[in-house]
Amino acid sequence: MRIELEKRPERAEIFAWASPLIAVALTVVTGGLIFALAGINPLKGLYVFFIEPFTSLWSIEELIVKATPLVLIGVGLSIAYRANVWNIGAEGQFTMGAIFGAAVPILLNGWNDPSTLVAMLVLGTIGGMVWGAIPALLKVRFGANEILTSLMLVYVSQLLLDWLVRGIWRDPKGFNFPKSVGFDGWQTMPVIGDGRVNLGTAIALVIAVLLAVLMSRTLKGFEVRVLGQAPRAGRFAGFSSERMVVFAFLLSGGLAGLAGIMEVASTIGQLQPNISPGYGFTAIIVAFLGRLNPIGVIFAGIVLAVSYLGGEAAQVGLGISDKTARVFQGILLFYILACDTLILYRIRLVGRAPAEARAHA
Amino acid sequence: MLEATILTIITAATPLLLAAIGELVTERSGVLNLGVEGMMVMGAVAGFGVALMTGSALLGVVAAALAGMALALLFAVLTQTLVTNQVATGLALTLFGIGLSGLAGERFVGQPGVRLQKLDIPGLTDLPYVGKILFGQDILVYFSVVLVLVVGHVLFRTRIGLVLRAVGDNHGSAHALGYRVIAVRYGAILFGGAASGLGGGYLSLAYTPQWVENMTAGRGWIALALVVFASWLPWRAMVGAYLFATVTILGFAAQGMGLGIPAQFLSSLPYLVTILALVIISKNRLVMRANTPACLGQSFVPDR
Repeated sequence: MRIELEKRPERAEIFAWASPLIAVALTVVTGGLIFALAGINPLKGLYVFFIEPFTSLWSIEELIVKATPLVLIGVGLSIAYRANVWNIGAEGQFTMGAIFGAAVPILLNGWNDPSTLVAMLVLGTIGGMVWGAIPALLKVRFGANEILTSLMLVYVSQLLLDWLVRGIWRDPKGFNFPKSVGFDGWQTMPVIGDGRVNLGTAIALVIAVLLAVLMSRTLKGFEVRVLGQAPRAGRFAGFSSERMVVFAFLLSGGLAGLAGIMEVASTIGQLQPNISPGYGFTAIIVAFLGRLNPIGVIFAGIVLAVSYLGGEAAQVGLGISDKTARVFQGILLFYILACDTLILYRIRLVGRAPAEARAHA
Repeated sequence: MLEATILTIITAATPLLLAAIGELVTERSGVLNLGVEGMMVMGAVAGFGVALMTGSALLGVVAAALAGMALALLFAVLTQTLVTNQVATGLALTLFGIGLSGLAGERFVGQPGVRLQKLDIPGLTDLPYVGKILFGQDILVYFSVVLVLVVGHVLFRTRIGLVLRAVGDNHGSAHALGYRVIAVRYGAILFGGAASGLGGGYLSLAYTPQWVENMTAGRGWIALALVVFASWLPWRAMVGAYLFATVTILGFAAQGMGLGIPAQFLSSLPYLVTILALVIISKNRLVMRANTPACLGQSFVPDR
């Protein structure tokens, strides 16, 4: 028995829609199997992990808070990947966004009116763009592989943050803890409703919709798709793949940076050595689960936020490690990629081929 | 002082060299596996765990290689049989490996590990200056050097190597000539997984015999960069790994001398050096074009 792929005459649109759903379903089934192997009642495990996050107002708000950075980073990455530009350093651009933006309340602590927040968000976005521009320029100018350079810069940015909050940006009144001063008033994101959800979610949604319009209704969107799928055709059309690399990195880096400053200006409220539970990496999964489509990314962001919350809930409710969430996230990405094969190929299980056919194979 | 520095450089270079030589073979067959970091970290946790449970560091080494291969098999099934995107699948492998190793290794945190023994040949190891460096290493150090020689020989002096490179350079023609492209790539991917697993196992059995979550700290990515830096030539991968380890260790030595450079800056040195190395080698487009496997990262589906 072996698996054989048969190319479909055309894309199977039904699987283009169904593959993310199949992938999520398979992940849930696999999760149940893992729970059973770990000696946990699978139904109870799945309930705690995947359903409980939706059962209380508190946890739904928490879900939105976690989904916001994932969506914001994910939409940027989805467009970069569409253009065949592999920015995998969003975690670093997130960190630099947080550092650049946080410079405002840390260095100019007295400044506290609406313009403070605007300055923070703009600087945060610029920080992410600067950090994204480095691999882009190294790629365009020297041909250096952007996957490796953008990833290396993640470590550099995290070490820079560590140095800042342990050194010159440490709160002098902070009992020597590696933390900056706390932000308050207009140095933080205005809240929506009763306090947990903030303006950041609205910003992320608006940006996702704007980018969806950009991709489907504008020449730039067309350029992204052409250069991603058929770079040669794109060049004949007069599109520059060099400029696209820079555009994709500035866009995805800037959005990751914006997510970074919004995170430290809301949930965390100060700068500290750890500001992200791997949002920049999880957003890669978000982009793929959303089928590299900005609107799809919104839903994908919620799914991945569930995995974070489910991990925390499973730790409390089932006594298993919250690292289970990371494993589920990895499995989910495997399934997404495998299911995407169904769009272009028909999968057939064939028995042993006749000896003659094999000789010709 | 010099002897101690050289010994540290060797232990720092070996895990990188093992992973890089494995990935080099994988890439020569035309497959880009970005999951090196994930395979290494799984090798590290499996090697540590098995050594701890059996008390044998050698069994740990075997387990590390097998763990790397297990992850590589997953990658091979997805990218070769189901023709998924290699870049994305490699990233998935890394995310999955980091998650799974963190979960599996939770019970090992803080436990003292089993150290891989260093050779002690009476007479030779006690030689002044060169004894410890040449005759007092653990077996994986020697293995990594032998591996470079064997891979170099097989790739460029044997039929198997010729077929492997043909598959990597032009899978269509290789298929037309009757070579089994997918089978060759399966083999190359599994070899790469085993070598990456060994590299990870080296970290938790010899470099620092303990388990720390995410202890590979980007070495898998550095190994990937080394393959590019080596322009897909085994001996250059070795030069690169040792050069890289030298720069890093000298950085730490500088820290020890108390020049007042913040620790974080020195810690970021390996990553900055990697970027610099990539830029220098990529700038030289001639070298890149001559050796880059032409089908690198492209999926192959035979027409039937």
